[in-house]
Amino acid sequence: MQKWLMKNRNRLTAISGILIVLAFAAKWLFKSETGASGLLLAASLIGGFPIAASAWQALKVKVISIDLLVTLAILGAFVIQEFEESAIVAFLFLFGAYLEQKTLAKTRSAIKELVEMVPETALRQTEDGDFEEVDLDDLDEGDILLVKTGGKIPVDGEVVYGSGTANEASITGESMPLGKKLGDPVYAGTILENGTIRIKAEKVGDETTFGKIIELVEEAQDSKSQAERLIDRFSKYYTPVVLLLAIIVGLISQDLELAVTILVLGCPGALVIGVPVSNVAGIGNGAKQGILFKGSEVITKFSKVDTIMFDKTGTLTYGDPRVSQVKKYGQGQLAEQLLVSVEKESAHPLAKAITGYYEDLEAKEVESSQVLQGGGIVAQVAGRQVLVGNRYLLDQYHVPVTKEMEKNLEELASAGNSLVLVAVNGQLELALGLKDEIRAGVKEDLAALKKLGVKNLLLLSGDNQKTVDLVAEELGLTEAYGQLLPEDKAEFVKKRQAAGEIVAFVGDGINDSPSLARADIGIAMGSGTDVAIETSNVVLMNGSFDRIPRALALAKATRRNMIENITIALAVVAVLLVSVLASSWMNMAIGMFVHEGSILVVILNAMRLLAYRSKLQKSRKLIENNFSQAEGPYNKGIESIQ
Amino acid sequence: MQKAILQLETLACPTCMQKIAGAIANVDGVEKTSVKVLFNASKAKANFDPDKTNLDTITQAVKNIGYDVLKASAK
Repeated sequence: MQKWLMKNRNRLTAISGILIVLAFAAKWLFKSETGASGLLLAASLIGGFPIAASAWQALKVKVISIDLLVTLAILGAFVIQEFEESAIVAFLFLFGAYLEQKTLAKTRSAIKELVEMVPETALRQTEDGDFEEVDLDDLDEGDILLVKTGGKIPVDGEVVYGSGTANEASITGESMPLGKKLGDPVYAGTILENGTIRIKAEKVGDETTFGKIIELVEEAQDSKSQAERLIDRFSKYYTPVVLLLAIIVGLISQDLELAVTILVLGCPGALVIGVPVSNVAGIGNGAKQGILFKGSEVITKFSKVDTIMFDKTGTLTYGDPRVSQVKKYGQGQLAEQLLVSVEKESAHPLAKAITGYYEDLEAKEVESSQVLQGGGIVAQVAGRQVLVGNRYLLDQYHVPVTKEMEKNLEELASAGNSLVLVAVNGQLELALGLKDEIRAGVKEDLAALKKLGVKNLLLLSGDNQKTVDLVAEELGLTEAYGQLLPEDKAEFVKKRQAAGEIVAFVGDGINDSPSLARADIGIAMGSGTDVAIETSNVVLMNGSFDRIPRALALAKATRRNMIENITIALAVVAVLLVSVLASSWMNMAIGMFVHEGSILVVILNAMRLLAYRSKLQKSRKLIENNFSQAEGPYNKGIESIQ
Repeated sequence: MQKAILQLETLACPTCMQKIAGAIANVDGVEKTSVKVLFNASKAKANFDPDKTNLDTITQAVKNIGYDVLKASAK
């Protein structure tokens, strides 16, 4: 029965609408009052029945629902024989719900498109080598699957046969196709644009990177901010209170019509749906561009951010330092060989750059090596003492530095280099300058952040103060601090928070995790790795820096939209309340009309967010296209996603 | 404890959530505090004790109050 009503709800709505039209025709064209009343009574019953049924279902699970208020209102109108009003109220309520469903589907379309990136079925290899079509739910790890040109990749796995190019925009936001050959990883939710491959499934269903993204977005869209929880609690008691109020007013005034009107006007509508609907549209828009907000609380906080702190290496720069200059004092070659020997055993990021630079040199055996925290390495190689590190290390070992050397070091540092000094047996032999390129477009992105109202842009780095100052000046950052350890950075975040600032921290997700966790908003530039997804409040699926101002602009737009919706909802309630008390034209039919209308207005307002694109984004589009070529090699980083 | 995930028909009114959450929480063997209805994803999630109830019973409870369950899974 309930099912039949649900299924035919739209038909019943239409029938009651038609009956109402006929009733007015009967009244005005044929002057038949009784005919009109009969038709309106029929319309009220047909429209009221599904509403009453839902109200009853809700009551059974102990929920006083909005359907109950409307049902009582319709019954009340019957008692005072206002069939016209009861019919219109029932119809508008049903029709409004229909429109809500249609428009809500639109606000959710962004996430729906995402979900549909994963195919429903896959081609699995059978024991005799053929391929059969199976449901996605039936796949297991280890299955061999066939994907053809244009096909959607169903699982996370590895290419075991064939080659092709894949578009991974759905998980990285980067639409440049990537080559896929034997042994390369592929991801569920991405598209094989070219070629035919067989893949061995490693993760299926919810376990895939894409599955996790979907779950994250779904949870985020329904997560509630404090304000929303308040509204929720409010609306839970609100409906019974309205019911009680109507009864009291009815008893005191002995005016059933007034009581019934209060029931209709009291329906919580736009207020309940206004904020969540903005939230959904904003989060959906972000997800499509590779920006994931973990819930509406995050949007609210991020939109109010006044300080953003950046890590340098890997955040403002590509995180891929290279040797740019070498100053030699003394014989050179031997010192270089000793340096390579020491660096081969180190895991420091600069060590990799140095061994890469001296690829051809053969390493000697390192007899002993010891790390001096914050200084560098002290090693014994081929009977010599070798120091590799910074100025602090040299000073500790009383290595003499001449005026000329001093000048060289100064020059290297002021050109933005990180310094690695090498001393053999107490004499400075080498000074290496290493440079890490700044990401393309970072300067414009930082300027955009300032324009969006961020007051302080801080650079926090473990690098020397000179380098840090130089980068800060070049990029237009407001403050820059060098020589910081990860815990110092977290301390910085804490200090600024204590001063009343809302702080966002942008880092690489691994060694900056204390700061990311401490900040009000943590943003990890981890190209969608598990760690980045877990530690961040805002996840940037694509490592590209321009998503940060985009994310902020979107957060601000979403927040604005929420405030608009709350304002609309409250204004409507106020107008209705005042007019029911102070005017003679207000009745329950008009009340229902305004009520349903306001719900549609807030949904439509939220829908604007779906199409939202920041001004910045529009103007950057051109530049971006030019850069995508240059950024090519860095797409490789995406392949390391797990 | 197992976790049930139900894909529901598209939910349109926030009060539906209360009804569905209430219906699921009333099933004996469902952990009441774990019931979560995702309005936008139109999904319901809940932990349940497999010794006391099963996925079918939970699905039926939702269907009984008039909402269609498109897909149900437990893990």
